[in-house]
This record gives sequence, structure tokens and C-alpha cells, in this order.
Amino acid sequence: MSNQPSTNKAVPGSTSQMESTKANLVAALPGIELTWSVFCDQDRVVFPAGSLLKVLKACKSAGFDQLTDLTAVDLLEYGNAADRFEIVYCLLNVDSGLRLIAKTHLSEPDLTIPSATQVWFGADWLEREVYDMYGIIFDGHPNFKRLLLPQEFQSFPLRKDYPVKGRGERHNFPVVTRAES
Amino acid sequence: MPLELIEDPSLGSDKREGLWTLNFGPQHPATHTTLRLVLQLDGEMVIDAEPDIGFLHSGFEKLGEVLDFNQYVTIVDRMNYISPLANEIAWHHSVEKLLGIELTPRCKYIRTIFAELMRIHDHLLCTGTCVLDLGGATAFMYAFNEREAIYEICERASGQRFHTSYTRVGGLLYDVTDDWVEMVKKYCKNFPKAFRDFEGLVMKNRIFVERTRDVGVLSKEDAIAGGATGPVARASGVVRDLRRDEPYLAYDELDFDVCASQGGDCYARFQVRMMEMLESIKIIEQAIEKLPSGPIYAAGTGKETIPDKREVYRSIEGLIHHFEGIMPNRQMASPKDSVYAATESPNGELGYYIVGDGSFRAYRARTRPPSLLHFSLFARMMRGCMLSDVVAVLGSINIIAAELDR
Amino acid sequence: MATQINKQLGDNVFLTTLDAAASWGRANSLWPMPFATACCGIELMSTAASKHDLSRFGSEVMRFSPRQCDLMIVAGRVVMKMLPVLQRIWLQMPEPKWCISMGACACSGGVFDTYSVVQGIDRFMPVDVYVPGCPPRPEQLIKSILDLQAKIQSGGTVNAREFKLRVLPEGPSRFDEEELIRIRERNGFKLEDPKYDPVH
Repeated sequence: MSNQPSTNKAVPGSTSQMESTKANLVAALPGIELTWSVFCDQDRVVFPAGSLLKVLKACKSAGFDQLTDLTAVDLLEYGNAADRFEIVYCLLNVDSGLRLIAKTHLSEPDLTIPSATQVWFGADWLEREVYDMYGIIFDGHPNFKRLLLPQEFQSFPLRKDYPVKGRGERHNFPVVTRAES
Repeated sequence: MPLELIEDPSLGSDKREGLWTLNFGPQHPATHTTLRLVLQLDGEMVIDAEPDIGFLHSGFEKLGEVLDFNQYVTIVDRMNYISPLANEIAWHHSVEKLLGIELTPRCKYIRTIFAELMRIHDHLLCTGTCVLDLGGATAFMYAFNEREAIYEICERASGQRFHTSYTRVGGLLYDVTDDWVEMVKKYCKNFPKAFRDFEGLVMKNRIFVERTRDVGVLSKEDAIAGGATGPVARASGVVRDLRRDEPYLAYDELDFDVCASQGGDCYARFQVRMMEMLESIKIIEQAIEKLPSGPIYAAGTGKETIPDKREVYRSIEGLIHHFEGIMPNRQMASPKDSVYAATESPNGELGYYIVGDGSFRAYRARTRPPSLLHFSLFARMMRGCMLSDVVAVLGSINIIAAELDR
Repeated sequence: MATQINKQLGDNVFLTTLDAAASWGRANSLWPMPFATACCGIELMSTAASKHDLSRFGSEVMRFSPRQCDLMIVAGRVVMKMLPVLQRIWLQMPEPKWCISMGACACSGGVFDTYSVVQGIDRFMPVDVYVPGCPPRPEQLIKSILDLQAKIQSGGTVNAREFKLRVLPEGPSRFDEEELIRIRERNGFKLEDPKYDPVH
């Protein structure tokens, strides 16, 4: 039982720390094209989908020990985006409080990407949710099936070409009347 | 079945002949609304627990792409419905980060007070219902007595007792009044006594202690790699609190401690929650003393914020400003970029990943729900526990189905 | 003369009294089955808890086993995955039974006009009392229970004849969806079209 006082305030995204982490990452990933950017004090990196596992493992050894969030964005109606899907990994270094947002892009027809469960096991449900909503297949996931929607559901609802009100699935149930119940 | 086989959770189905399967939920009082578990049991011992979720998946994120930044606040309200205002604060925190809006001091302090009231709100219900599930109804009644007082405070400020929809981009729906300040002060004065009664009923209750101690242990490594945050992570020794580590609102001007424990079991999680309630009262007391006067809407940001209601009804400029802010074809333009921002909600790190596409609504409004990651750790916590411990562990990680499924 | 009146009235006087007695008993000992899925479930708890004490109105015995209950309170939205569960639990409850649809989401889908939320449970199962509000205040829920008690008292019969008359679905009228799809297709909509929405 400890009631620890608020000492050693970590400064999130403090530039010197982040710069050295960045340099480590670049050194650990020779020959892989990494595009860095900063927006609202957040460091982002875009990498090619082919080197996903290498990049994520390098991130983990660079100190990002927690996968905060994993999600996807459907870029179908987003300006002149070259690819259809963007996969976003929000990473966190629990000790120093550094955050990094790593992104990669995918296009149809091949929507397969290696699973990050072997790097952070917390990716398990997050990947299943992305599959549920966008239909992106995570190769090597231990228990790969829909998470939220019924298993027999056909569409991927968060894709931009799926209507908000659905395609009538919500009306497709038998009716129980009072006399027969 | 020999015992050494039971302890290995990665057994193939051929060695699991002696096990039987039990369906738990989705309609069960201890599942706190709608969760389903498929348990593999050896006698009374839980060998494996596979959660089945999605019984409350209502398309929140799809709605977030249709509604604008101010409208969507009514939907995020319904996400973690035992602390609605914490969701609103988290949502608008992310939106303001995307749009680059700096809040006024008064707005910051009011939001801080509400965020802490919501923490008490959440922890009271979470603890009260867990004790109810474990067989004690009295603590639940005490918890609801205190919650009703918070409902009244919310109602006085926003007009709604439950789903307040109180925050707006860069401001609040209404300013608070002096009698609201008095209500909060009175609440702070009365809470410690009620808390002592409540704590005595929970933490000194022998049945509760016996049923939660050394049950559902989560190690520090699992907590970090599995993405646990908030009280669940802090009970496992991960001393991380966004209020201290990434200060937002007025937290860097207030003095408070981060409560943590080492046990990692259900009892430690409730201990952390109990201590956090007292810290929250400490924060509220400081914030209400320091509550600055002044406007509640961030000024000079053009169409991003809507003006104060009094200005709308009393001046033509205010009316035009309001019109410009509300009409869909004249509204604010968000940057064509994405941002992830998180707040320390009562349940853990509640973050929003927003993609702006230059319009007045989010292109993608992703919620990072703490409940989802906590529930995915459930199978790990349950290993080697008994069937009766399922209820204690479920209660201690405080799964909110609407936040889990969205 | 007296025998003639007796013949005309028959057993009716006696039966009506028995109906009233049975209804009185049923109305004042409702055992709710809280089917709490979302936000309204918290207000339902609030109604049963210390301040708004539901037991003052004789229906506080919340039982989570459907076979012990005669009043189902559906509190919160019901989604595609949950509706079969709801119907199954409703069918498991013994007669006579009633249903309160609590909150805007259970009544009509509320703010969640999305692909997965059922737009009102009354489309798929019978409902006796609707409670508006998002979520309704505890006072509203108490009033709905009082209303249901009045309904049982006024129309209840000892052998539950009144339920046998309700043979038609009681929700919003269902149109021929096939016909709508044919109309849409005639006008050039395709199933893959994002604007295609077979129902609205």
C-alpha cells in the first residue's frame, strides 16, 4: 500500500528525449522509409506496411511498452488520399510518458497486415475490432473473428460506403405478439 | 483430472474432457448490463474465461462522423453512463486540441470540478454495486444517497440530472451560479462523514475483504503490456495518472496525490478507488476556493465557439455570431490533420483520436475506451480463481458496456 | 322476478368481482425483471435506491430470473445482438406478464438511429407502458408503474382473457420492404450504392 506523492513530473513529448528516441529508431531501422511529422506536440511516423512488424518491434525496444490504441481510418472520401485505409498505432512509454503515433497505409484488394499481438498482447481485441469495423485482416492473430457485431453480419459498418442507418439488418427479426407469448 | 493439467491454460481440447462449459450472461445481475462470458470450469475452478461482447454495440463512432463537434457531445454522454460529464470533458478536450483553442480560466476550473465530481460519482457506483453483487445491499444505498447529491449539482448547473451535455467547444452551456458554488461547498463539507460510513461498510466488511483479497491478481507487466490504465493499472503498481503526467484543465495548479497500490488484486483496486475519492474532494475544495471569475467561452476564436446565451438573446452581434456558429454551411473549419488526446477518466485513460477533414465535423472520431482493454485482460485475471470470484473481478474492473461496445 | 334477474345476470356478478380481486392482487405485487442494458438501468437502480424508494409502491422485489417475474422493465437501447435474448427472456416469463419500455431508446431508438440499434422494441414484442425521457427521471418510472397498476386494475381478468385478444403486432405498422426495394431499384439505386437504404 503506497500513497506516492506527485514527484518527478514527466514532461510528455519533451523534445530532447523524443529526439534521442527518434534517432534510436532510425538507427535500428536501416533502409526503411520513415516519414516524421509533428502536429499539436504529437510526434507521428508513417512507415510502409511491408515492414510493420520490424517497426513495431523496434518501437517496443525503444521503450514504447504500451499499445494505447489501435485503430483504422477509411480514407475513401478524404481529399486525394492515395490509399484506402490508414492503420494507426498509438504507442506510449509508461515510464517517461512519451507518446508516438505510428501509421501505415493499406489499399484494396489486399487488406492483410501482420498482427501486433506478438509484440503487445493488448492488441488482441483492438485488432478484432478493426477487422469488425473495416474488414482488415490481421495475419497471425490467435483468435481472429468478429468482436462486436454478430458473427453472421456481412458488412463492415465503419467503412465510408456503408450507410449510417444500415441496410435493413436492424429490422430483420421475427415479431412476437402478445397472444402467442 | 490431475491438478498439473488444470494449471496449464494452453491445453488442447483432448485433455479438457473433464471440463464443463458455463454460459454467464448476457442477462445476469452481476454483468452490469450486457456482458457474456463463456467459462470453462473444472468443478468450481475457472480454467478459462472467454468474454463475448457487442451486446450494446450502437454505432457511436459512425454517429461521430455524422454529427458536428457540438452535437456529438450528446452521444458521448451515453458512453460511460455512470460518469457522463467525464466523457464530455474528454471529447471536447480532444476537439479543442485539434482546433487549437485555449480555454478561459473559469471554464477550466468548472470543468475540473465536474471531472472530479464525476470521479466520485463513478467510484461510488462501481464500489456500491460490487458490494451488492457480493451480498451486501446497505453500502449500495449509502452510495446512491451520495450520488443523488451529485445529480442535484449537475442539474443545477446544466438543467439535466443525468445526461448533462454541458460542455461546448471552447466553453460550457451555461455559467454556474453562486448557489451552485454553495452546493458544491456543502457537498465537500458533508462528504467525508458519509465517506467514513461507506468505507466502513465496504473496506472493513469481512465478507467483502475475504472475497476480494488475492482474487483476480493482475501483474504489473501484464497491466502495462495489456494496456490497463486508471485504477486498475495503479492497483498493480503502475503509478501513472494523466492528471499529473500530462496536465490538462487546471490540474497543474492544484495539489493532489496519485493513489496507487501494489497488490494488483480486487481489494487493491477498491482501495485505490476509495483513496481517489478523498483526493477528488481535496481537488474540488481547492478548485472551488480558487474559482476565477470571467467569461466561460474562449474569446477571439471566431466561429469555433458559440457565444454566451445571454449575448445571443440580448444583442444582434451575438445572434449573428450564434447563427454563424450553428449553421452547417458557415461553421468552423477544422485542420486537415489528426490528433490523439486523452484525459484521466474515472475508469482510466479515455482518449479520442480525431481526424479532421477541413469541415465542421470529425472525419473519424475514434474512442479509446478503457473498459475494452480492461475486459480483454479479464481472462488473465480469472486464471485459477473460483466461479464465485467472477462477480468480484467483474465488479472491480468496472466494465461499462456502452463504453466497451460503443 | 328475482329468479328472473338472477337468471339474466347469471354468474356475471360473481365473476366480475373475482376479476377485480385478482387484478388487485396482481397490480399491487408486481415483481419486476430489470432488463437493464444501458443508461436507463442506472436510473432504474436510482429508483430502487434510497432516495426514490420504489418499494413504497409495491414493486421493489427485483428478480433477475425471468421465471419469477411478471413485469419486464426494458431499460436502455436494444441492439441487433441483444434482441433475440430479449425475446427469449420475455417468452420465459410466466403469464400474466407486462412490459414497460423505459426511455427513448427502448421506445423508438432515441438518438441512436444507426445500423445496429433496434428502432423501438415494440416492433418485435408487445409493450404495455412507454416511458419517455433520456433517461426518464425516477419519478417518471414510478408514475409508469402506477399507470400500469391502474391498467391492470381496470382491464384485468382472472384467466387473462385480455391478452388473448392481442394477436396482431402492436408496433409501428410494417410495410412491404420487398416492394420498397423494387421501387428503389426501378429508380436506379443499387445495393452497393452508399445512398441505398432499403428502409428509410
